[in-house]
Amino acid sequence: MKSNRQIEHFVAPVDETPLLPTDTLRVEAAPLSLWADAWRKLRRRPLFIISSVMILLIITVALFPGLFTQTPPNQNCLLANSEAGPTAGHPLGFTFQGCDVYSRIIHGTQASLSTGVLSVLCVLVIGVTFGALAGYYGGWIDAVLARLGDIFFALPILLGALVITQLPFFRENKSVWTVVLVISMLAWPQMARITRGAVIEVRHADFVTAARALGVSKFGALARHVLPNAIAPVIVLATLELGVFIVLEATLSFLGVGMPESIMSWGHDISAAQTSIRTNPMILIYPAIALSVTVLSFIMLGDAVRDALDPKSRQR
Amino acid sequence: MTRYILRRLLQVIPVFLGTTLLVYYMVFALPGDPIAALFGDKQPPQSVIDALRAQYHLDQPFLVQYGIFLKNLFTFDLGVDYTQQPIAATLARIFPVTAMLAIEALIIQAVFGVAFGLFAGLRRGKLFDSTVLVASLVVIAVPTFVLGFVFQLIFGVQLGWAKPTVGANANWETLILPAVVLGLVSFAYVLRLTRTSVIENMNADYVRTATAKGLSRPRVVMTHILRNSMIPVVTYLGANLGSLMGGAIVTEGIFNVPGVGNKLYQAVLRGEGPTVVIIVSVLVLVFVVANLLVDLLYAWLDPRIRYEK
Amino acid sequence: MKSTQITIEEASSLAERPLLEIRDLDVSFKTGSGEFNAVSGAHLTIMQGETVAIVGESGSGKSTTALAAIGLLPPNGRVSRGQILLDGEDIAHVHERRMIELRGNTIGMVPQDPMSNLNPVWKIGYQVKETLRANGKPDGPADVAKALAEAGLPDSARRAKQYPHEFSGGMRQRALIAIGLSCQPRLLIADEPTSALDVTVQRQILDHLETMTSELGTSVLLITHDLGLAAERADRVVVMYRGNVVESGPSLELLRNPQHPYTKRLVASAPSLASRRIQVAKERGIESEELLAPSEAVVEKHLPADVLQVENLTKVFKLRSGLGRGTDFTAVDDVSFSVQRGTTTAIVGESGSGKSTVAQMVLSLLAPTSGRIVFDGVDTSTLTPKQLFAFRRRVQPIFQDPYGSLDPMYNIYRTIEEPLRTHKIGDRTTREIKVRELLDQVALPQSTMQRYPNELSGGQRQRVAVARALALDPEVIICDEAVSALDVLVQAQVLNLLAELQSNLGLTYLFITHDLAVVRQIADHVCVMEKGKLVETGTTDDVFESPEMDYTKALLNAIPGGKLMLPPEVA
Repeated sequence: MKSNRQIEHFVAPVDETPLLPTDTLRVEAAPLSLWADAWRKLRRRPLFIISSVMILLIITVALFPGLFTQTPPNQNCLLANSEAGPTAGHPLGFTFQGCDVYSRIIHGTQASLSTGVLSVLCVLVIGVTFGALAGYYGGWIDAVLARLGDIFFALPILLGALVITQLPFFRENKSVWTVVLVISMLAWPQMARITRGAVIEVRHADFVTAARALGVSKFGALARHVLPNAIAPVIVLATLELGVFIVLEATLSFLGVGMPESIMSWGHDISAAQTSIRTNPMILIYPAIALSVTVLSFIMLGDAVRDALDPKSRQR
Repeated sequence: MTRYILRRLLQVIPVFLGTTLLVYYMVFALPGDPIAALFGDKQPPQSVIDALRAQYHLDQPFLVQYGIFLKNLFTFDLGVDYTQQPIAATLARIFPVTAMLAIEALIIQAVFGVAFGLFAGLRRGKLFDSTVLVASLVVIAVPTFVLGFVFQLIFGVQLGWAKPTVGANANWETLILPAVVLGLVSFAYVLRLTRTSVIENMNADYVRTATAKGLSRPRVVMTHILRNSMIPVVTYLGANLGSLMGGAIVTEGIFNVPGVGNKLYQAVLRGEGPTVVIIVSVLVLVFVVANLLVDLLYAWLDPRIRYEK
Repeated sequence: MKSTQITIEEASSLAERPLLEIRDLDVSFKTGSGEFNAVSGAHLTIMQGETVAIVGESGSGKSTTALAAIGLLPPNGRVSRGQILLDGEDIAHVHERRMIELRGNTIGMVPQDPMSNLNPVWKIGYQVKETLRANGKPDGPADVAKALAEAGLPDSARRAKQYPHEFSGGMRQRALIAIGLSCQPRLLIADEPTSALDVTVQRQILDHLETMTSELGTSVLLITHDLGLAAERADRVVVMYRGNVVESGPSLELLRNPQHPYTKRLVASAPSLASRRIQVAKERGIESEELLAPSEAVVEKHLPADVLQVENLTKVFKLRSGLGRGTDFTAVDDVSFSVQRGTTTAIVGESGSGKSTVAQMVLSLLAPTSGRIVFDGVDTSTLTPKQLFAFRRRVQPIFQDPYGSLDPMYNIYRTIEEPLRTHKIGDRTTREIKVRELLDQVALPQSTMQRYPNELSGGQRQRVAVARALALDPEVIICDEAVSALDVLVQAQVLNLLAELQSNLGLTYLFITHDLAVVRQIADHVCVMEKGKLVETGTTDDVFESPEMDYTKALLNAIPGGKLMLPPEVA
């Protein structure tokens, strides 16, 4: 089938297509670590800016409620003020019990935030440790952990929490810590799963083998090479779970099995406001907004961090 | 394929046993004496207590108790609760209600979640996509019980589109509002997952090859993008059944639905051990069986799974 | 010379219109930092029944040009100038509906990677069937089986009912060829159709593709990075470099008489065309016999000439299948060879030959099932942990994947310093001096220290990996496919670097590769492995000039362009 036609021999002018040295290093840009790169991407995302400003505000409120209101949340509640609308000094009105809604919201921030943060820390410690060991060493640790995870996984988290909180120990010692304990007990398997998966993905990477061939110990390679490269999905999940745990605390308090009555919690307030829902729904809506905005901030942050740490967006 | 099903069935058994054992232990062994707790301050005569202990096998060693419980569970001999009501009759009354609620919620999250997610993914970066993305974040952030009250207030009380509470006449129609509330959070997750998955698959080599073969765009989308994108979504739906059950506790409470969640919540607060254990066990059973079905669906969607070791 | 040929070209084009003519094509991509041209002013012509190859390295715009011709540019890319004439019709900007009509039955495509180009959830048969149906061809089971059978897939009716993951790479590529040719397109775009496959399979598939297209009279646009392969398979070769067509012409003439400096360099460094070992020492006036003999320093210390001896090495993996039961898989079967100090020994084999498993065992990262590895007179399986740690200083690896072998979290300084720090060599200052020296040795600027692996090209990363391997002043370096993932010119550069380092530092290399052409350039001894067994061993010259085993012959025959005769001054 080859044609007998003469084929032109074309040569491009060399000055238009100059030959560059093979494989030179591009030196224009500043060096960029993975974290610096992620940070640069984050900084430009409106979602990240909005959510971090909101989170800073929420943290300030939680740490220094006195800066935002002088009205005590529990005292000075006058039944005469029951379900009353906004007045001077009480911008959001009063609850059924005649307490200041605004003050209760401000003082409720601490419980939500501390439960969320402490639970995430506990879940991180338990989940990352077990997940990393299971993923890296495999074998019986992995098998035991997988079964244990399956068992907790089959127990829906709210269902489990309901049952656990009814145990005498938990019923009698209601505090932030019991709530944190319940959440951590039920939520660590998911963190362990994610960590395990991420560790398995990198444990056979050539740079790990190279480190082992250099004489780095097996555990050293886990700590110095595997974990740092597996941590991105863990961070994303932790940020998202912060929001999820805040919801969980509020839900448990709403159901009356979470925080003790003595601790201000949005879940309690929303639960108490049920009686007023037909007469003055705003008593319920205000703490609900506070709760939703807090959760939204963390979920938006998690979303932004996920995009910034996405390895696919890093390929050059 | 048969071997795969058998292997998965074998895996279900230890999970079911482990979970029910855990719950049984927490309800019957940890709280000390459930019978004494039942009566609070007014302790009945010792003979009554002993009779009750014998009736619930509390005088037996723990593992024997658990064995009897399992035997009874699988012979549908569910016994009576502390108020001497037959538990089986209660279950027969409340389970269909919750099943309807869950199925409606599942349809809402699966059908609408996938449709919106597919649309958003195909139009990545366009107005529809960004709107849906932000809206889904908001939906995820609002807790189910807040959403329940807000919907009850707006659609039930103010607009009057649906009954604010369901009460005794639970049917497909009256359950729509609670089902929407129950399904909404997962709807947002399904939507986001579908979208991510669609975007990933759109850039897959085999999609480009399918286009190069001369297939029309709709065909490429349906047979090559959507089908492959369903794999993670199905996994999520299965795993999410648990949170659907948890959500049912809250939703049924708010809308006064006479279902499993409502009953369980009351039983837990009243310390009705036998009822709690039976309901939780049945829920766990439903959950593991549903997950088994999801796994089979998964194996059907992704042939690579079937042949793995 | 040029002007006369243009008139001939013009005269012939009157008689016969080109099937595809690309004129002054610019393709631009929108990225975060603006729009840039991936292809500028590209032009090529394909006549009916002709095979034209575009040759270039990654990023040269060769694939982009081909994708533009079938209207499959990624969403951020567009044709910003020029024409793509298919049988006289400009298809650069036609409506998508027209492109759908053309794809499949007028322009077909065989994509690059057989692993990712078949949809894993559909049966092979369905994926052929939907092609036939979309192009209005009969699509019954018999038609599907016929299409697959014509692409050289045996037992095609049964195979059609299987899923892609049940196919080997070569079979998948055949399925893709069946899909690409099932509707008898007039033009077939074959984008690196075999580069992911073993050489012997590569040859079979290319032969089959050639037979099929010549029977059907199909024109082929072949995209490849391999000049030898292009010259062997195409009537005409188009060389692309940085988005430009720098040279095009009849393949043999281009190979024998390259004009543009880039083509010249490409011809000079194409491994499949090179015929002898890179000789650094020779240039310094040392005879090659001396190079093969142990060097003076070594003789003085009375060290054994064989630094590494592998005796009856066997590795059996237990494969789990089903519930509890396991089957044995012998990855390495009774392999013995030895490596002389200061020389390069290559282990060659296709995927699954067990060559990388041998490397892992020599590195003491994997315990052999039986047999011994004797390094410098000591059986490595008897080493205590402390001795093993010392052994690691003397034997270092370089891995294939330049993207995977450097920790993305470590900057280059930390990467190269890690071996020094692990072995507690020197203090902070002396370590930094050593890292700078090492960067000099691998010809990277010292400013590279602060950078991260993702900022470097493949070749640069591989040089960093070489620097890391050299940090502990090892005696033996195990190169596991160390240059396989690199572009030809970069590959030549790294091979030269390795050869230079060997002559300067007296290094011993154990070079694991699938590429016989590379072996020719770097190795003194060759061991050929097939399915875990050592089938042939000898000096490189002996094995290349008079191979004894059929398998070795098949491997040698499969080197693309290996038999093309070149005048000595080019090679």
